[in-house]
Amino acid sequence: MNQLRRTFLKLSAAVFAAGTGLLQAGQALAAARNKAGFESKATADALKALGVSGAQQSKDIVITAPDIAENGAQVAVTVTSKIANTQSISIVVDKNPFPLTSSFDFANGAEGYVSTRLKMEQTSNVMAVVKADGNFFTASKEVKVTIGGCGG
Amino acid sequence: MAEPMKIRAKMEGDAADVKVLMSHPMETGQRKNEKGELVPRHFIQSVIATHNGKIVLDAQWSQAIARNPFLGFRIKGARAGDKITISWTDNKGDKGGIDTTVAAS
Repeated sequence: MNQLRRTFLKLSAAVFAAGTGLLQAGQALAAARNKAGFESKATADALKALGVSGAQQSKDIVITAPDIAENGAQVAVTVTSKIANTQSISIVVDKNPFPLTSSFDFANGAEGYVSTRLKMEQTSNVMAVVKADGNFFTASKEVKVTIGGCGG
Repeated sequence: MAEPMKIRAKMEGDAADVKVLMSHPMETGQRKNEKGELVPRHFIQSVIATHNGKIVLDAQWSQAIARNPFLGFRIKGARAGDKITISWTDNKGDKGGIDTTVAAS
């Protein structure tokens, strides 16, 4: 009798483990959040958390953003990467309290292109970090901000 | 959420151009309310886009994305009639989403 109960317990433990395994597989569809990167208060730390090392400046990355943004709460930024096999684009605002604003991972035909709107606290370089074939490339553009958009 | 989400997907050449407008306060955690108290961070932190059921874009965001976020992206090889879905999750676990079909150019 005891033996039976033991087997049953073992079985249910196995079923439970399989169940949680499935759940984790489902969640794994979304990339794990880069907590260290998003909590970094300095650009260098954010880049380190993204795994960036030896990034090259590239003219094949085009950042479209205003030269002067009157309202830092809504700064339209578009990044286009013409680098072959672009896997991801991250956008870093150097002088923001938390510089890493976003990371976009592309798959299944998505082009190396993303358009969004950022908040900027003050005049700063906006940096795009592109990962392509495992290598990192960057480009920067300065955006002058008249009224900051973090505390508004 | 007062304003509904909006989405538009349209063929441009050999790619679908997708534009999405979400409805979210995107609180930075640095803004003070009228009582002078800090409003806690509340922001969309994950956005996933699919094309005919396959993930094409997996975005992670910070609180620095502007209020009522805009997202534009392009899918090469898409065709008119293909299905696009967007789903987001914020830092409090709230979720939202929308879908559409790609319009001809």
